[in-house]
Amino acid sequence: MSIENNARDATMVGRRTDGTAFRRPLSPHLQVYDMFQITSGMSIAHRITGTIWAVGLLFLVWWLVAAASGPDAFATAQWFFSSFIGILVLFGLSAVAWYHTLAGVRHLMWDSGYGYDIPTVQKTGRIVLIATGVMTVLTWFIAIIAWA
Amino acid sequence: MSDVSKVTVRQRSALGRVRGMGSAKQGSHHWWVQRISSMALLPLMLWFVISVASLAGHSYADTILWIGHPFNATLLLLTIAIGFQHTASGLQVVIEDYVADEMSRMAAVLAVKAACTLFGVLAALAVLKIAV
Repeated sequence: MSIENNARDATMVGRRTDGTAFRRPLSPHLQVYDMFQITSGMSIAHRITGTIWAVGLLFLVWWLVAAASGPDAFATAQWFFSSFIGILVLFGLSAVAWYHTLAGVRHLMWDSGYGYDIPTVQKTGRIVLIATGVMTVLTWFIAIIAWA
Repeated sequence: MSDVSKVTVRQRSALGRVRGMGSAKQGSHHWWVQRISSMALLPLMLWFVISVASLAGHSYADTILWIGHPFNATLLLLTIAIGFQHTASGLQVVIEDYVADEMSRMAAVLAVKAACTLFGVLAALAVLKIAV
């Protein structure tokens, strides 16, 4: 957080190039705003899942590099991915990936100008949450069938 | 001050409006590339997740055969390139929002871009080594 050393900054008052004053827009206050309602909660979750997925990409790199390096390296990667922690990590990543993908579709809908009224926002939010669960289970259903 | 709140806010100067580049000096380019890459990643993501899930428990030879198939290798290369580009631009926005100090912010953004380039090229090279 930056320290405000200017009273005008602190009170969110700005000046236009012609010198007239105006009030700058203010973000929701973190200690007052309820961040766990579906609107803001899912917005924060979109960022968090995007960041986790970025770290998760390292497992994709590992898998590909191991496959390119030969059977021994691939066996090591397979051993990790089929271990308890490995499956836990992959399960978490698949849920994170589906959430970020589906919430991303919701963002694209907003970007093209649709679905801004509160009932629709809450409805699409619930759809994304349910679809994330369904797609994650479906993904692992496919994986278990392939494994067996 | 009481009349100030009633004034319609127009913060941009005439010159700023003509240039249309905003405070980031890049206009809407970064935002637009993020949307385009996200649209491209939608079908790639569907294909990748279903394919990798179907590969679960398969042997080394099967996996190499799958990665090496021209169709899969092409889609993998696209997923890697667009995925790491989308990741870098997304993390950049997160950093720009939360890191206030300019030098730290620039260092963090450059480090993210370097890491995404490094791992992207590494992953792409692995696919090419198997496929070519």
